[in-house]
Amino acid sequence: MNVSFFFEVLAGGLLAGVMYSLVALGFVLIYKASGVFNYAQGSMVFFAALCFVSMLEGGLNFWLAIAITLAVMVLLGVLTERIVLRPLVNQPPITLFMATIGLSFVLEGISQIIWGSQPHGLELGIQDVPMEWLSEKANVNISQLDLFAALVAGALVAALALFFHKTRVGRALRAVADDHQAALSVGIPLQHIWIIVWAVAGFVALVAGLMWGARNGVQYSLTFVALKALPVLILGGFESIPGAIIGGLIIGASEKMAEVYLGPYVGGGLESWFPYVLALGFLLVRPQGLFGEKIIDRV
Amino acid sequence: MSEGRLQAAVRAHRIGGVILAVENVSLSFGGVQALRDVSFDVREHEVRAIIGPNGAGKSSMLNVVNGVYHPQKGTIRLQGREFHDMDPHEAAKMGIARTFQNIALFKGMTVLDNVMTGRNLKMRCSFLEQALWYGRARREELEHRRAVEQVIDFLEIQHIRKTPVARLPYGLQKRVELARALAAEPRLLLLDEPMAGMNLEEKQDMCRFILDVNDHYGTTIVLIEHDMGVVMDISDRVVVLDYGRKIGDGTPEEVRGNQAVIDAYLGVAH
Amino acid sequence: MLYREAGQFKSSYAQDQQIFPILQDRIAMMALLAFAFVVVPLIGNQYWLSAILTPLLVLALAALGLNILTGYAGQLSLGTAAFMAVGAFMAYNAQLRIPGIPILGSFVLGGLCAAAVGIVFGLPSLRIKGFYLAVATLACQFFVLWAINRVPWITNHSSSGVITAQQVVIFGYAFVTPASKYLLTLAIVTVMALLAKNLMRSETGRAFMAVRDMDVAASVIGIPMMKTKLLAFAISSFYCGVAGALYAFCYLGTVEPEAFTLDLSFRVLFMIIIGGVGSILGSFLGAAFITLLPTFLNLGSEILADALSIEIPHAIVSNLEAIVFGGLIILFLIVEPHGLARLWQIAKEKLRLWPFPH
Repeated sequence: MNVSFFFEVLAGGLLAGVMYSLVALGFVLIYKASGVFNYAQGSMVFFAALCFVSMLEGGLNFWLAIAITLAVMVLLGVLTERIVLRPLVNQPPITLFMATIGLSFVLEGISQIIWGSQPHGLELGIQDVPMEWLSEKANVNISQLDLFAALVAGALVAALALFFHKTRVGRALRAVADDHQAALSVGIPLQHIWIIVWAVAGFVALVAGLMWGARNGVQYSLTFVALKALPVLILGGFESIPGAIIGGLIIGASEKMAEVYLGPYVGGGLESWFPYVLALGFLLVRPQGLFGEKIIDRV
Repeated sequence: MSEGRLQAAVRAHRIGGVILAVENVSLSFGGVQALRDVSFDVREHEVRAIIGPNGAGKSSMLNVVNGVYHPQKGTIRLQGREFHDMDPHEAAKMGIARTFQNIALFKGMTVLDNVMTGRNLKMRCSFLEQALWYGRARREELEHRRAVEQVIDFLEIQHIRKTPVARLPYGLQKRVELARALAAEPRLLLLDEPMAGMNLEEKQDMCRFILDVNDHYGTTIVLIEHDMGVVMDISDRVVVLDYGRKIGDGTPEEVRGNQAVIDAYLGVAH
Repeated sequence: MLYREAGQFKSSYAQDQQIFPILQDRIAMMALLAFAFVVVPLIGNQYWLSAILTPLLVLALAALGLNILTGYAGQLSLGTAAFMAVGAFMAYNAQLRIPGIPILGSFVLGGLCAAAVGIVFGLPSLRIKGFYLAVATLACQFFVLWAINRVPWITNHSSSGVITAQQVVIFGYAFVTPASKYLLTLAIVTVMALLAKNLMRSETGRAFMAVRDMDVAASVIGIPMMKTKLLAFAISSFYCGVAGALYAFCYLGTVEPEAFTLDLSFRVLFMIIIGGVGSILGSFLGAAFITLLPTFLNLGSEILADALSIEIPHAIVSNLEAIVFGGLIILFLIVEPHGLARLWQIAKEKLRLWPFPH
């Protein structure tokens, strides 16, 4: 077995996993704060990416486009909270989940009506080419873009960790995630908190959209990335930020490895189902994921 | 002699041998010890009450008997057979039925359907026969319907048989749960606080029903109850638990005079 | 005044257990069936029969299957299309490889294979609940489609993956016209709906609902968890499998994996959400709604385009369809979580009182 090839595959898988983690992060944020499993996260990533790219193509300055897209995502979050979530506040989680499925269809429809359905390229100034000194020195090909994405993800997670643990707002967010009633009773304004959460999730969606868009172009298939985030969440637990990262890494690496090493025996295409079956196997052994909390059934 | 005592004397000679024996049962959840080395027995046709302050482990005891919780130590002897690990399904097949503290009715179904589920162990037809609704399946469904209607008559809930249970007031839901347990024609009926949250009238009705069940069907009853008046009136024997340990076991009079029991309820430090 | 129960007494439990206890309901049902079986084939045009009504019936059957699993037994499934695919491909293979097998036998065989797959992918439900289970069914969906594409035996070594379905011939009569295919589908769907209704109002249905509502209590009163959940998966998948076979043989005319994507699974899920979970009638109402909606949207946009003298590109209409679907899902979940079936019930109750307000 070629060792350097193995490392290449592993690194590629890990970095792909980072991409999944970025999307999973958005899920975790919203789930932590409102208990809603937001199936529409993928569509939000798509929406953010499309919005940004269209403005760039329209000639807008990079940072201005980011700012405007962020504002749009916040608005989207507020509208979602008001129109979809608030009326369904006491319903079982399954109902909320199905509502977010409906939301994802709405978002996809709207984005394609406004911005059309052709794929758009996204230039971030960093090419998706192997890093030269690595390929020369160690004969290992690792994409520059993927590395950059990993750095961005790392920075994002660090920033989020700081935000949640060091700021007052972050503390309030954690309180809300723990117990809505208790948070209310100490005077934390629930509606504001949810708006902040959806804004942060929107920002994360934007970052994810940018990274994915730069890698694969901004096109409809981006929405299916959300589906890949599901196994990530199952492995990492629905409520854990480090879990989302680690889960993503595991899924990304295992998916790549399976494709490369097992694929030839079964005709390829493993990545369409391998992460799900892996997550399924995991669930059977440990239903709460790596970092989740054990659920006890009381009668 | 009071009315209650007369009734007790009349019932006493119906009480048979031991059908349930709990032997040295200990149960803990993580660090919390719910039951410590508890032993007692239950005789056929009697009404046995389990009492004790909050958190004494009464519900846990019931859950151990019908297999929802598995004790770390000890055995349950049911009709001569020994169990370390009872499965709730197994318990149901052996003729144990129960009600729950927080009503465990099927909220999406009507009263009639809920009570009919109590008959499930007696239904023999396969799903294919049921799909065709012909001959044996049809006869079986109607026969069980007849049996269930008798229980419904017995507990006086005819007027609500087609109502979805989620719409019923608390007291009636408890009665429906009792009906469902009775529909299974159990040998041993476990009642977990059947009168919790009821007003005086509802309590009297429930007492009457419980006594009628014991008289009419001869069902052995084990019940957890907080209302001392009820316990003294209707039970033949009482077990007292406190902090997971048994501190009293005997007739209501014996237990009432037991100093340890009095201390437990008054909260004397021990 | 028409819709009154006065005077209709039930003097036996058998009468009480009827599917349509009220006389007016029975009459209405008879009339509807007569209309569907006799009138529609006579007056229906080709397009409506082959492109609207037949797929509507087939998808209603699939929705029925999903409803049994998700609505009655409470096990969320996103793998409906995969089960349909198994049914379609296995029916094709049965027809191909078993000499002399009647076409209906192939359909049943397809359904049974789908049931077997359903049981396998239903095993996780013994340990996993809620939407974790949904992820397990997603695994099923993706795996089955991948397997169909990769295992040459299934597609009879077809290079393109698209196979023409065999002709449906029963007792020498070939079902080729849209009307005949429609009638065959209608007959099969009606019979299976009746079987499902019987099943759901007997002990099996009650066991399913008990597991859905509170599974711990269900097992305490003696309902066997494993057997019940796996039976739900098996029956549901059987229905979806037969629906898949009908989809391929009586509607599409081809057997191809692309017809059974995740999108179809979501479609069927939307049908039961809008139509009403836990309701046989709801499956039909939801299927009708979702099948007819694109037609009406198209019609509406054509009228609008004519009226405003502009051109509305097809892409916009299909995106509009997505928005309307999604929006309706959200609307129904907020306003009437029990869907059209419940709205229908409420309408009937109002009708019983009519012309009095209450």
